[in-house]
Amino acid sequence: MATKTTDLATLSTHLKREVTATAEGLQYLTFILAGESYGIDILKVQEIRGWVAVTKVPNAPSFVRGVMNLRGAIVPVIDLRLRFGLESVEYTKTTVVIVVTVRSEQGGRIVGMVVDGVSDVLNINNASEIKDPPDFGTAVNTEFISGLVTIEAGMVMLLDVDRLLSIEEMFAVEAVRTADALHATA
Amino acid sequence: MAIDIGQFVQTFFEESLEGLDIMEAGLLALPPGAADLEQINTIFRAAHSIKGGSGTFGFKEVTDFTHVMETLLDKMREGQMAVTGEAVNNLLESVDCLREMLMAVRQNTDIDSARVGNLQGRLTRLLERNNTTSRTADATGNRGSTAPQPPPPPGGWLINFRPHLDLMHSGNDPVRIFRELATLGDLTVRPDFSRLPRLAEMQPEDCYLAWELELRGAASQEVVTEVFAWVEDDCDLSIEPLADTVAPPPAGATAAEEPGQGELLLERRGGDRRKSDRRGAGTAADSASIRVGIDKVDAVINLVGELVTTQSMLSALGVDFDMDRIDKLHEALDQLDRNTRDLQEHVMRIRMLPISSVFSRFPRMVHDISEKLGKLVELKISGEQTEIDKTVIEKIGDPLVHLVRNSLDHGIEPPAERGGKPATGVITLNAYHKSGSIFIEVGDDGRGLDRDALRRKGLDAGLLRPGEEYSDEQIHELIFHPGLSTAKQISDVSGRGVGMDVVRRNIQDVGGRIQIASQSGWGSKITICLPLTLAILDGQLVSVGHDCYIIPLLSIVESVQIRAEAINRVAGKGEVLRFRGQHLPILRLYEQFGAENAVTNLENGLLVVVEADGRQVGLFVDDLQGQQQISIKSLEKNFRRVAGVAGATILGDGRVGLILDISGLIRVNNAAT
Repeated sequence: MATKTTDLATLSTHLKREVTATAEGLQYLTFILAGESYGIDILKVQEIRGWVAVTKVPNAPSFVRGVMNLRGAIVPVIDLRLRFGLESVEYTKTTVVIVVTVRSEQGGRIVGMVVDGVSDVLNINNASEIKDPPDFGTAVNTEFISGLVTIEAGMVMLLDVDRLLSIEEMFAVEAVRTADALHATA
Repeated sequence: MAIDIGQFVQTFFEESLEGLDIMEAGLLALPPGAADLEQINTIFRAAHSIKGGSGTFGFKEVTDFTHVMETLLDKMREGQMAVTGEAVNNLLESVDCLREMLMAVRQNTDIDSARVGNLQGRLTRLLERNNTTSRTADATGNRGSTAPQPPPPPGGWLINFRPHLDLMHSGNDPVRIFRELATLGDLTVRPDFSRLPRLAEMQPEDCYLAWELELRGAASQEVVTEVFAWVEDDCDLSIEPLADTVAPPPAGATAAEEPGQGELLLERRGGDRRKSDRRGAGTAADSASIRVGIDKVDAVINLVGELVTTQSMLSALGVDFDMDRIDKLHEALDQLDRNTRDLQEHVMRIRMLPISSVFSRFPRMVHDISEKLGKLVELKISGEQTEIDKTVIEKIGDPLVHLVRNSLDHGIEPPAERGGKPATGVITLNAYHKSGSIFIEVGDDGRGLDRDALRRKGLDAGLLRPGEEYSDEQIHELIFHPGLSTAKQISDVSGRGVGMDVVRRNIQDVGGRIQIASQSGWGSKITICLPLTLAILDGQLVSVGHDCYIIPLLSIVESVQIRAEAINRVAGKGEVLRFRGQHLPILRLYEQFGAENAVTNLENGLLVVVEADGRQVGLFVDDLQGQQQISIKSLEKNFRRVAGVAGATILGDGRVGLILDISGLIRVNNAAT
């Protein structure tokens, strides 16, 4: 996969310009996770920060790395690799936290997600470019994938952030996992 | 009218509600029979301002109702009417009614006009009964007693308006009244110059003129009276139906019409104005406001001045800094630290209100309930000037009402059953500051808790084990238990404890504690301990493995090092520490929170003894870190509730610290053992 990892600062300015420039058409922020390319609706993105140590939250699922201080607000940080059940890696210089706004029943929530690195902004002028995710059967969980887009460099999976980062759902998933684990050991 | 008075509506509501409180307090302090002029005057003034205000904003129902009250009070003030218990009770009820009316107007809902009419009728009857006995029935009394308004006569009204000399001192202007009248119909104004002095003697600010006004039109007397609502105490006024043949004008005042009547007729928009005001009031009702003494604001401004000085000092240092000036830098930073603390303290103080705003509702409540129950009760209030955070005040009101009602209902005995004690029972309400917390005490000298009955109930419910000895505190603690306190029997048997669990939960929600002391036959005393403020608390930082947690200083009893021989392992019940004559359960925080790299050997760490809900637990931590003032942030806003964690805060180094939920941890620990 030939995906370039742009410098953070230039990307941020790039983001701003792009968002104001094209009112129509869809824009996605793409990032890398375990070699795959994913995209999220750019309007959900609040900011992109480098990884800093977070405060661990007791008895939380493993993919909740902890909470961080975002200018006085307490924001949970989710490791997206762990969320997808991928193996975790050491955080490096390019590891970033994408801070997104998630719709929930209690109104907007701010959540940070750890990804391997951000790459680019993807412009989609025609909604028909987005294809429905293929049905992989039960082998791969596609519930968070809202669509697929093919670009020169390959394929981008578009994520439904509201579902992906729903705190309630995350805890429900964890409860099932723990129950399964207990079942397995018993 | 050029000024948009909508912005003042909110102020009117606040002031009126305050006025009602004053009236209520005044009425309660009014001894029946004896007319305490000062008190009546205070009540009268409050009623008068409400009437004036409501008149301005066009809340007609309120104006009319207050008017009748005011007339009654006026009679009392003049000594033309006796201050009877009946009158006072009716007036008290009117205060309630008025409060509801104001609320209804504020929220733009309908006023319960049946109730208003009923009360107004009762007040009017009181007045009428009085009028038949009193010799002089002046104009004011007459108007007050004509509650069912006669239909407007076809002709109109003849108004004799004779202002007192000082009418204009209070900012009133007859021309404005005439303008308003002119909107109601065809107005003819005839001035009476008879009082006009010689030019040399004339005071420019006095009103020497009087007027005879002829209003032709279908306006009702009510409407016409309302126009004069502002000035009726500053003038002699009579409003009579206009006979078809108008009486000849007084001599010396030939029909000289006001020259500017054409202009006056231009402004016919008075009626529309009111509607829009009322809408404005409805939308503004949500924003709460707070009254702050000017001294507090001045103090903050002073501190900001100091802060600015410090800031400029620091930036001057920063321009060309070298290590020689490190002392100066330290000095400036110390000053900044001091300024910040002072400023924080003073800003917090702005939110502090005297607890009297909560206590003030109790005299009325005690008065009403004791009457209903046929008990003699005296309420003693002290420490009402103790200041407490506004948010705490809002939360503490209901629990306190509950406690006082309990004391009245179950604590204080009827006079016949009080044995050797004075027939009049005493309920005390007290508030004071002690060691960074606020204590509120609700005491009574009633029958106290029935220890044996409580004990029996506790045994029945399986909360106590038979054969074991329990301290008084442990037994009394039972009244806070939900299963027990809500049970109907217990309140019959012990005479106490309806919904005490709710009270305790409310207190705990604001980070407080509640305790009860009681002696059978001699009364009970409930003590509530509250933090000064909800937003900021003193915290003790403790380390557990790599993590750092905060324990509210208020919950910490002490911290001890553990000796291994003092530890007992109880089968199935975890570890306990023999400590000061009791067995203290040990809760290993690292186990609870799954912390890594924590100290696991009890002798190498520290035990922080914490207390909540009257129970103590030892929290085992690695070590104590510093103490810090912390402002509580919500963890739930972006995340969710975490068991054992009450909230989060930002630590000095910018990281997030989690605040322990002590009562939650103790509950978990109890459930586990």
